[in-house]
Amino acid sequence: MRKIALNQLDQLFAEIAASRKLYLPVDTKAGAKFEPWQQGTVLSDALNTVRSAKDFFFPQTENLMDFKVEGKNIEVIDTRSECEDFVLFGVRACDVKSFEVLDRVFLAEPVDTYYKNRREHGVIMSLACTRPQETCFCGTFGIDATEPEGDVVCYKTEDALYLDARTEKGSALLESLGCLTEEGDWAAVDAQKAKTREYLAKLPLADLKTDGFGAGTTSKFFDAPEWKELSATCLGCGTCTFVCPTCQCYDIRDFNTGHGVKRFRCWDSCMYSDFTKMSAGQPRLTQLERFRQRFMHKLVYYPTNNDGLFSCVGCGRCLAKCPIQMNIVKVMKKLGGSAND
Amino acid sequence: MTDIKEPLIPVVGVVTDIRIDTPDVKTFRVVTPEGKKAFDHKPGQCAMLSIPGVGEAMFSITSSPTNTEFMEFSIKKCGCVTEWLHSMEVGQQITIRGPYGRPFPVDTEFAGHDMLFIAGGIGLAPLRSVINYCRHYRDRYGKIDIVYGSRSMQDLVDYREIIDEWTKDTGVNVYLTIDREQPEWDGHVGFVPSYVKDLGFSTDKIAVLCGPPIMIKFTLAGLQELGFDKTQVYTTMELRMKCGIGKCGRCNIGAKYVCKDGPVFRCDEIDELPDEY
Repeated sequence: MRKIALNQLDQLFAEIAASRKLYLPVDTKAGAKFEPWQQGTVLSDALNTVRSAKDFFFPQTENLMDFKVEGKNIEVIDTRSECEDFVLFGVRACDVKSFEVLDRVFLAEPVDTYYKNRREHGVIMSLACTRPQETCFCGTFGIDATEPEGDVVCYKTEDALYLDARTEKGSALLESLGCLTEEGDWAAVDAQKAKTREYLAKLPLADLKTDGFGAGTTSKFFDAPEWKELSATCLGCGTCTFVCPTCQCYDIRDFNTGHGVKRFRCWDSCMYSDFTKMSAGQPRLTQLERFRQRFMHKLVYYPTNNDGLFSCVGCGRCLAKCPIQMNIVKVMKKLGGSAND
Repeated sequence: MTDIKEPLIPVVGVVTDIRIDTPDVKTFRVVTPEGKKAFDHKPGQCAMLSIPGVGEAMFSITSSPTNTEFMEFSIKKCGCVTEWLHSMEVGQQITIRGPYGRPFPVDTEFAGHDMLFIAGGIGLAPLRSVINYCRHYRDRYGKIDIVYGSRSMQDLVDYREIIDEWTKDTGVNVYLTIDREQPEWDGHVGFVPSYVKDLGFSTDKIAVLCGPPIMIKFTLAGLQELGFDKTQVYTTMELRMKCGIGKCGRCNIGAKYVCKDGPVFRCDEIDELPDEY
């Protein structure tokens, strides 16, 4: 366990950024956002970023390859360059957990090499929460906001930042920061954690349960009449999927630049009407089917394929951003039975 | 799962032959620019074909793996990509990646059995691969019955191959049917599901179905009336796909992804999926 005074954070960030890119949450007019650190950048005090950290490994848009088309001939051009090492500082427990959810999709055979490349070059410096919000419910999914996972786990107390390496990558990073930090002990961190836990227990969603959902429960929920009411006001805007740290559906599209063709991968959403539309027909005809797909995937299908792990980390972004105030919490309360009454 | 190092990056394929099957189906022969097969596959597997700038789409590989020289795709004109494919001339390059999906269990569950193949319309395309595989390894399978129907005589895909090759094999019976009477047609007239019931097959065989969803639904019901169990019946599904490797989320149905857990399913496995298809 290492320690550095909060008033020395600038030196810490400068040292990290000297050898690789460093991204951390910064306050902007549109809320907190991961930005590259440069001299003068101030770490945001906000609980979390407006968008999740998934962009760093699964960007909203990426160029997969190019094509040179000449007459009847085509040349496929792999446009990738090796990703540079980078550090993500200030990732919260929920978002760190979302990387595991994404890993189980993108790193499963056959491996998505675009994702893997970024994942291997990223070092996660997570930051324990001290002041969770009313929309937080990570505890529902077994996540401890005071004890995130990550390569280096950081804890903020009133006057210091404590850093604890958990992986080889993390140890190497901490060692490289050497004399900037000093040996720290757990006393102050444990005191802060106890205070935060007290606060967590009082949050409005502290008692939300996953009981009833999980692997193999498709037939129990699929035909539930409640989907109709739950989905009735859904606009199909897809905002929930875009702010969601675990939503991973994507589209592949070509763009003709006039000098060649670029093939892009872009985030997509199962909430959109054309997501499953084929020339032969549309399996999900109304918003009810699309809405149901999103929540069934997070609470039933994904856990079925992933040892019971849910594809929701309780970050609460969809609660804050949905224009009609519909969200996974309401779905769980409505369908989850007596546990959530 | 096939070992594909760069699953999203295709290779270049050259169209070396285009056969007009029906007014809206053409069969394209594809090899690499070096004249080789792009990759090996198993019966029932699919490949992503694309024309850069137009789009990419999933097609079943209609040629048999026993064809070591080239791959064939029978494609119905029904959308942007297929429209473009139909306008191609021989010599055109496209891109191809694959193979994707779980194939028919030709060397395990099918081995040693009598086979009943039932197809409607373009549904013959994925079955042609497995039919020709069974014909190639004739001694590994028992009797082969093939029931194939289409809207009209002109809509029967692979008609020449069926007449010139399949009907001439010993131990292979082909039953063709068309939906409505035609002056030049002296064969059976009627829909596939009722024809299957009229033919009344014995239940000691494995049935493989492919066609429009409505045909599959009624044929399966007919087979059950004849005494077939759902565990004896296989089909191949189609949903929209982008990646082909179970990640983009499009073909997700229940906890399955049609591109990697299918497209081949045993009918009792489909019962476990939510009714979305």
